[in-house]
Amino acid sequence: MNLFIRTKKRLSRFLSAFLKKRQSRIGIYGPPNAGKTTLSNRIVRDWTGDALGPVSEIPHETRRARRKEGITISNQNGNSLTLDIVDTPGVTTKIDYQEFVEYGIEKEEAIKRAREATEGVAEAMHWLREDIDGVIYMLDATLDPFTQVNIMLVGIIESRDLPVLIVANKIDLPDAAPQRIMKAFPQHPVIAISGLEGDNMEELYEHMLKVFG
Amino acid sequence: MEKIRLILDDVMEGNIVVLEKGLSPEEQSRLIEMTMMEISPDGFSGIEMETYSAREGQSSPGFFGKLLGKKGPGARMTVIGPANQMKTIKKDKDLISAWVSSR
Ligand SMILES: Nc1nc2c(ncn2[C@@H]2O[C@H](COP(=O)(O)OP(=O)(O)OP(=O)(O)O)[C@@H](O)[C@H]2O)c(=O)[nH]1
Ligand SMILES: [Mg+2]
Repeated sequence: MNLFIRTKKRLSRFLSAFLKKRQSRIGIYGPPNAGKTTLSNRIVRDWTGDALGPVSEIPHETRRARRKEGITISNQNGNSLTLDIVDTPGVTTKIDYQEFVEYGIEKEEAIKRAREATEGVAEAMHWLREDIDGVIYMLDATLDPFTQVNIMLVGIIESRDLPVLIVANKIDLPDAAPQRIMKAFPQHPVIAISGLEGDNMEELYEHMLKVFG
Repeated sequence: MEKIRLILDDVMEGNIVVLEKGLSPEEQSRLIEMTMMEISPDGFSGIEMETYSAREGQSSPGFFGKLLGKKGPGARMTVIGPANQMKTIKKDKDLISAWVSSR
């Protein structure tokens, strides 16, 4: 009898895990320092009141992907969408610990950061192939979008047929040129925001509902 | 992913690899991942790569564009090298052209 109940419990747990539809996992990708963590924190704060991770002007601040599960975004028309937000380390093809030393970080700590960053980027690339259902691709609108990393990453995302939103961030800065990003990626929706100031977030949420819903 | 391994081994030895066909997105993704796993302090610090394509009607096709132009429109070429060495190589155009034509 006891065994029967236990087996039944285990079976139902197995079935519910199996049948439950996984929430869409949205990865925030982009080069180092684009403002991915700033945006992730804002999204998480806007809809749950928490934060996700620390922000810094030093590149590779995020060296391990962080995930916040079950964020429900909605609009006034009653559309809503529940998703997981994954803040990823800035993608690059090279990392030298000396970069950190130049920011005044001790050698030993710099080496540790560089190692963590390489592992984090490798993991983020792996996830992009296996585990991500949609992408917010973030760019600093004050910089030239035509870099090899950006072109490669957008190509990888397209080849996986993932829904993608491109965010032109930092439009609060005078040098910001979101039009340049729109011209670079005419095949995708581009939303110009300031993750720091919170400018134009409503438009971003509208697009998220449309593209990831 | 034998191809990616070979490319990376070559670059880690200090060579510049020129791929006439470029890499598929899947291969590019694996290349980044594998590169990250090979980086070590005071050793290998990663790669730089550039893709050149011969577009029709380009006003100043540049060195690689001209080279590719001979192969007709739509031709692509990817150059992969160790991080922070690509600039010097781009300056030393004769070296690259010699290298490419010797293959
Ligand atoms: N002016 C301005 N600065 C921003 C904005 N968003 C982020 N920043 C700044 O840009 C820097 C990098 O921000 P992060 O959010 O850490 O960037 P990240 O993309 O997560 O960086 P990594 O984790 O290192 O890849 C910080 O100094 C932020 O304050 C923005 O909209 N406007
Ligand atoms: Mg970050």
